[in-house]
This record gives sequence, C-alpha cells and structure tokens, in this order.
Amino acid sequence: MLAVNNIEVIYDDVILVLKGLSLTVEEGKIVALLGANGAGKTTTLKAVSGLLKVENGEVTDGTIEFMGERIDNKAPEEIVSRGIFQVMEGRCVFENLTVHENLVAATRTLKSRKEIQARYDMVFHYFPHLKSLRGRLAGYLSGGEQQMLVISRAMMARTRLMLLDEPSLGLSPLLVSEIFSILKRLNQEQKMTILLVEQNAHLALSIAEHGYVMENGKIVLDDVVDKLRENEDIKMFYLGLTEVGTKRSYRDTKFYKRRKRWLA
Amino acid sequence: MKGEFLFFMQFVMTGLSMGSIYALVALGFVLIYKSTSILNLAQGEFLMVGAYFCLSLTIDFGLNFFASFAITLVFSVVLGLLVERLVLRPLIGEPIISVIMVTLGLTYVLRGFVIMVWGNDIRQFNVFPQEPIDLWGVKLTYLYVWSMGISFFLLSVFVLFFKYARTGIFMRAVADHQTAAQSMGISVKRVFATSWCIAAVVSSIGGILVGNIAGVGVDLGYVGLKVLPAVIFGGLDSILGAIIGGLVVGVLEFLSAGYLDPYIPAINEVFPFIVLVLVLMIKPYGLFGTEEIERV
Ligand SMILES: Nc1ncnc2c1ncn2[C@@H]1O[C@H](COP(=O)(O)OP(=O)(O)OP(=O)(O)O)[C@@H](O)[C@H]1O
Ligand SMILES: [Mg+2]
Repeated sequence: MLAVNNIEVIYDDVILVLKGLSLTVEEGKIVALLGANGAGKTTTLKAVSGLLKVENGEVTDGTIEFMGERIDNKAPEEIVSRGIFQVMEGRCVFENLTVHENLVAATRTLKSRKEIQARYDMVFHYFPHLKSLRGRLAGYLSGGEQQMLVISRAMMARTRLMLLDEPSLGLSPLLVSEIFSILKRLNQEQKMTILLVEQNAHLALSIAEHGYVMENGKIVLDDVVDKLRENEDIKMFYLGLTEVGTKRSYRDTKFYKRRKRWLA
Repeated sequence: MKGEFLFFMQFVMTGLSMGSIYALVALGFVLIYKSTSILNLAQGEFLMVGAYFCLSLTIDFGLNFFASFAITLVFSVVLGLLVERLVLRPLIGEPIISVIMVTLGLTYVLRGFVIMVWGNDIRQFNVFPQEPIDLWGVKLTYLYVWSMGISFFLLSVFVLFFKYARTGIFMRAVADHQTAAQSMGISVKRVFATSWCIAAVVSSIGGILVGNIAGVGVDLGYVGLKVLPAVIFGGLDSILGAIIGGLVVGVLEFLSAGYLDPYIPAINEVFPFIVLVLVLMIKPYGLFGTEEIERV
C-alpha cells in the first residue's frame, strides 16, 4: 500500500534528517515505527503526508508510492484526498472550535451529506464518550479526550492509511490501553491501515504486526513483531529488559547505548 | 416620547446604523487578521475603491443603483483575489511586520489609482429619497434605515456562515491551528483567498453605504481608521467582538456629537478613541479577545 524507497529529507536546504530510509506498509496492517528522540520518526510521517513542505523540508532523493502512485512532494490536500491522514503528535485539536466543529473540519474531502453523517455516527460508535462532549470547546477537553478527538478526525476523512504520531504521550496507562484497543478494532473492523510511531515500544508491539526501528535517519532493524520481541537489542533499548528478563536501570541502558549503536 | 429621551434616541439610532456599517467593515478586518495574522491597513481603501466604482457605474454609466451595487460586489471579489494573489501570496513566510508594511503601501497605490481614474472631488449618489421615516418620533432617512437593514442582514449571514457552513468552519480551523488544518486537507491558500474576498466585499458594501451618507471622496479611506478602534475594542480576533465594537463606536460617535460637540467641537472624531484607550487599560485583550486557552 505504502512504499517508501530510500528517501532523503532535508530541512531548510541544509539539515539532512533522513538518510536513505525505506519502509513498506501493507494494506490492512498495523506497522510500528520505533526509535529514540530525534531519530526522524515524525519527519518520516511528514514526508509521507506532505506536511514536510509546510516546514520548509523537502524529499530530495528516493520515492514514496501510495497504491502504486508517486506521492512524494505532493501538496497535503492532494495526499489527504488519496486517503492518507496524519494525526500529528501533541494532539493538535482546534482549541477554539467545539468537538463537533473539529470533526466537521476534517471533512474537506467528502462531498455527500450522507457520508458525512455516516462517518459522524461511526466516530461515536467507537468513541461513545465523545458524543456527550459534542458542544464543548476542544481546548477544554482532557488530554485523553483530545487524543480520541484527533483520531476521530482521521475517521471523518476517507482515511485508508492513518499516520499516528505518539498517541500515548502524557496519558495514563489505562487510558492508553483503551485507546490502543480501539485502534486495533478500527484496524480489524474498518480495515484501517495504521503506521504507528511510538516511544512506548511495548505497547506499540502489542498491537502491531510488523515493526521498524530507526536511528539517526535510517532504518536499522525491521521484522515481524514476534521476532522483534525476541531481539536482544530491542529488549535492551526499548523494552527495558535484559536477557534474563529483569529490569535494568535507565542509566545503565543509556551508558550501554552510547557504546553500542545499531549501525556498526 | 418625551423630548429629552427622543433627542437621545435620535443619536442612538443614527449611531447604530452608522455603527452597523462599521461592524461590517470591521468583520472584514477581523477575518483577515484571524486567518492570516495580518493587520490589513488598506481596508479603508478597499472601501473607497468600492464606493467610487459603484458611483461611477450609477452616475457616469447611468446604470440602476442596485445593478451597480451587484456589479461592484463582483468587482470586489476580483479585487480581493488580485490583491491576495499579486501582493500577499508572494509574501507568505515573510515576517508579519513586512506584510503589514506592504498593506500600508497598498493604501497609497489604491488611493493613487482612484485619483487617477476618478479625480478627487467629492461626489454624491442621491439615489435614496431625502425625507425621513418617522419611527415613534425618531426620524431616520431611508438611507440610514437601508444601511442598518443591509448591514444587519449581512452580519447575520456571516455569523451563521462561520457557525454552520463547512467553509466557515474550515476558515476558523485555519485560524486556530494552521498546520493541523493543513494536515486534514484544508487548503490554506484557498482560505486566505476567501478571507481577502470577503473582506473586499464587505468593505465595498460599507463604502457604498457610507458614500451614500457622506458623499464619495478620497476621505472615505479614513473610515478604515475609524473601524480600527471598533476592531480592537472587540478584541481583534473575535467576529462577534467586531460587530459589537462597530456598533459601540458608531453610537459613541453620534452621542458625543450630540451632547459634547457644543462644548468641544469635533469631539465625535476622537471620542471613540478615548473610550478605546480606557477599555484597553482595563481589558488589554479587548472585550472579546481570546486569551489562549491554557491547560496546565
Ligand atoms: N522543521 C525542522 N527544521 C529543522 N530541523 C528539524 C525540523 N523538524 C525536525 N528537525 C530535526 O530533525 C530531526 C528529527 O526530528 P523528528 O521530529 O523527526 O524526530 P522524532 O523521531 O519524531 O523525535 P521525537 O521522538 O522526539 O518526536 C531532529 O534532529 C530535529 O531537530
Ligand atoms: Mg516525533
């Protein structure tokens, strides 16, 4: 469905952030993209969704294909109308708009009233809690409610591939697992393909089928989830486990990390 | 009604109809500010160009006033688009202050254009009958009643548009969080263009109405300056605030003309500004300005 081939991304004409990154997302799958802060995960999503341009970034090499067609460096409007929707990190709700208006704002690519209504109902089917908040200003929602709202906005558009950036950020574990189980249902029932960026590797690997690990603008590891979980390095860096399965302190991990990088 | 109260109401009503025109122009101003963060200093000149255009069609070309009115609206849509495309779009990404300076430059360009094409003497429309309508003792000319009617009608249309129409919601979304709006496929360029069009259209209408009342001259550009306190009064980025601000400035202007003018001549020109300063001392964001929603 999505194929990113060897892309290079440069910000402001000088800052090279992605250095030959490739990944593929198959239709109907949930794919996790893991990596440390600043590895370039968000940049990867922006390259796909076209938002890179807005921030003065550019794909200078390589190709991005969606359903067999080139979409690299296309405008975000065009990419959204093809069915790719980026849910940005940091829950960017429209604070001064109500929940209802936030949902309507995501319907730019839809034409018929009937479809809008159907999608509107679907949102409340998956997030019944939002229904009672329809008239509330989005700026006053709790972090969890805002996260539900931004995912719902992706459901309002005719989204086939959702690019989801750190949905768990700053939320309580209970709420996060609720949101993740809804994501899984969306994936299974609505055939929503998801490319999921997460710091919380454990969670991400719990719903994904395939995972990529990136470091310094490159993919350094990729495998099906079961294999990834077995991988010693993943255990070490992202799951916080050693061979025997006991937790190590963060400081040790960090020290170790400095010594050993993914790329020799 | 009693004489004293009638005198008061006379100024309030005239003030309200003038204020409703200010409100309309203020709406255009706020719209551009909200969606693009640009203070359009050429708003008053849009008004002047619209008034001259309509006047010229009516008087020089002998068209029916309402026909000229309609043609002027089409013309202002084109004017708004042209200004956005030729002057502002190339400046996207430049510092806001430079863009504001460019709108200042635009005022001179538009003023020069008007003087070049139509000269600079004041001309009258004379299309509405002069005799006043009697509203429970308050006497208003047709012109004021029409102005109030047209302005209030348009203001309600815009309020509904921003609340319920999808395009209106897209525009507010862009004003709220531009990148997020883009991530959802809303075209920011189109929203900017729409804002400039609406601003040009409401200004032209305002220009035609004020031009009918006060005559069409280059001085119409100063109405833009009058609208500024209305806009700031309402909080710069609030549509409702602009409407209320416009009405308040209109009423203050006429009340001060009625009651204070005998003692301090021409006080009506500055009185709204004095009140503005007082309001800002108490409420720095204006009456309806958004202080950012902050969750900690
Ligand atoms: N607009 C920009 N201009 C210049 N450099 C940028 C820009 N956005 C990101 N970068 C740089 O690109 C690198 C990767 O950033 P990115 O946001 O993609 O990382 P990330 O993997 O999403 O990190 P995090 O987990 O902290 O969100 C960083 O070094 C960052 O400084
Ligand atoms: Mg990120």
